Amino acid sequence: MLPDLWSLYALMLRSRLLEEAIAKLWHDGLISGEMHLGTGEEAINAGVVAHLREGDAMALDHRGTAPLMMRGADPVLILREVLGRPEGLCGGKGGHMHLFSKEHLSASSGIVGASGPTAAGFALAGQYLCPGAVAVAFFGEGAMNQGMMLESMNLASAWKLPVVFVCKDDGWAITATSKTMTGGDIKERARGFGIPATDVNGLDVSEVWKAAGSAIESARSGQGPSFLQARCVHFEGHFLGFQLIRLVRNPLKEMSKISIPLIRSFLRPGGAGWRARWAGMKTVLKATLSTWRDPRRDQDSDPIRRMRIALQSDPSRLKELEDKMGKDIHDALASALEGVPS
Amino acid sequence: MRTMLFTQAIDEAIAQAMAEDPRIVLFGEDTPLLRRELLVRFGPRRVRGAPISESAFLGAGVAAAMAGLRPVVEIYMADFLGVCMDALLNHAAKVEAFSGGKWTAPVVVRAPCGGGYGDGGQHEQSLWGWLAHIPGLTVLVPSTPADAGGLMLAALRHDGPVIFLEHKLLSEAWLEFLGLGGRRTVKYDVPPEGAKGPVPKTWEPLPIGKAVLRRAGHDMTFVSVGVGVHRAIEAADALEKEGISAGVMDLRTVSPLDKPAICEAVAKTGRLLVVDEDYEAFGLSGELSAVVAEAGISCKYARICTRTTIPYARYLEDRCLPHKPGIMESARRLMKS
Repeated sequence: MLPDLWSLYALMLRSRLLEEAIAKLWHDGLISGEMHLGTGEEAINAGVVAHLREGDAMALDHRGTAPLMMRGADPVLILREVLGRPEGLCGGKGGHMHLFSKEHLSASSGIVGASGPTAAGFALAGQYLCPGAVAVAFFGEGAMNQGMMLESMNLASAWKLPVVFVCKDDGWAITATSKTMTGGDIKERARGFGIPATDVNGLDVSEVWKAAGSAIESARSGQGPSFLQARCVHFEGHFLGFQLIRLVRNPLKEMSKISIPLIRSFLRPGGAGWRARWAGMKTVLKATLSTWRDPRRDQDSDPIRRMRIALQSDPSRLKELEDKMGKDIHDALASALEGVPS
Repeated sequence: MRTMLFTQAIDEAIAQAMAEDPRIVLFGEDTPLLRRELLVRFGPRRVRGAPISESAFLGAGVAAAMAGLRPVVEIYMADFLGVCMDALLNHAAKVEAFSGGKWTAPVVVRAPCGGGYGDGGQHEQSLWGWLAHIPGLTVLVPSTPADAGGLMLAALRHDGPVIFLEHKLLSEAWLEFLGLGGRRTVKYDVPPEGAKGPVPKTWEPLPIGKAVLRRAGHDMTFVSVGVGVHRAIEAADALEKEGISAGVMDLRTVSPLDKPAICEAVAKTGRLLVVDEDYEAFGLSGELSAVVAEAGISCKYARICTRTTIPYARYLEDRCLPHKPGIMESARRLMKS
């Protein structure tokens, strides 16, 4: 079967526009604390969520806004939730890291790795209450070092639970590059538990859709869990206002704040020898340079852009779709903001 | 006298201790960048980044302490101790007892805690009562830069496990990292005296388990820790105009409690009002009432604590966490009763 690129693009674009609207609310100060967006992982979310049906469950991480909307949650309710309004999806009590929708059997957590046990539990309940249903765990590759995630993979394998583990791999565990924090290959870990593992290009929605389709089909038919490693980028880094991203976007402004205390400490008497100090300085510089060079700054890493190029064959249909999505989110935002003092 | 910001003071005290004691090492998620100033002075061998594997690196910190190092293990937020509590509950806290007093685990666990910036109930908990419930753990909650540095130095010299909780609303670094993110469009109710203040030229350890009376008053005693101390002082200042004289005691250490100081202050005023950002039930506020009752002190008692999961919406959060109007209202009632 071939994917319907138009409907997948509609999901992706709607999600991008919703998250851009949320980013603006955050910058305007209408959202107070942390804000983790899934911009850059749209192809993964759409390629997986498009296969889900009634009775299926989702265990979401701190970037759950987009998959939840793709699953059918009302963007107005999501926007009201992140604005902290009583009419929000969770009455303004959860916020973006703690979105819950019983109707969609979807639960989020801001604890790294928590989607593993949650998906295993949803899948277990599904075996009793809704045979043929699957549970999807969304998480980043940083979570592959969290004990509860690895334990959940083993549990899902031992109990043959219908779980699809979707690892959205952007190569960064907050401010550390994942390769410096992770031993071995994460697909090999999954295989070590007896779980089939596939590498997919998370920027290519067709590829994700096909891989997710076979993983979900296998879970539905009682073959147990699968693991997908889908590579992507997060344009905003770990969260909005992420220091490393700010540093490369506005080096003059940000560098002066950081460099003066850094150099002062580097030169301060007492402490390690120069070799160790320089090794410390290199670590800081390396993190900055890795951000500078990394694919988050490359337009070709944008799954939305790739889709637009692919769909240019029918420009009028593309325009119609984009206009509609733009209007939908614009209207949702206006509705969510009703009564909010500007 | 020099002045410092809250987290700057803690890092300075750690730097002073690291220069004197090569056994001190720091590790945790993102520690190299969060503590970059220590990294460039002490090198990557002593300031390490850890994978997102709290159970492993906290447990390793406990054992490394048993084997002779003095690790400072950073946990991203006190809430995340939920992931790795076993290392504290069943190991760090038990070593001294199980070894018949012959072995200890001098590990310092540094974790940001507390709310007031809109991060929701899984990222803003205080949890000092939950931690202090366990025999064998020392729990420190400073409320000023001077105390933060002095208590960190004491923690680094202490011969057992210490949990050092750094309130995010006082910490310029955490509030910028998790809250502001470079924005000027959001405001937080940061207590100025707690966020920035005078510090000694050279750090000296402050005694663990010693409370301090921040404000004198003869009608009642407010007892608090962390940001609550500043909320209590603001309320006490406002109540003065209404003719109510409230003293404010800053515990600084939740475990062990400074029972003599608490009892002395409450015996004088005859009224105890606990201001506690941690959960109300089964926690610090109830413990304080037990301390005075066991000492045979008769007093009027009330408490202002967090009763529910902290809501995400700022306006709901502001009502949920101890705040000045709530403290004032409770104090007025206590006066009348």
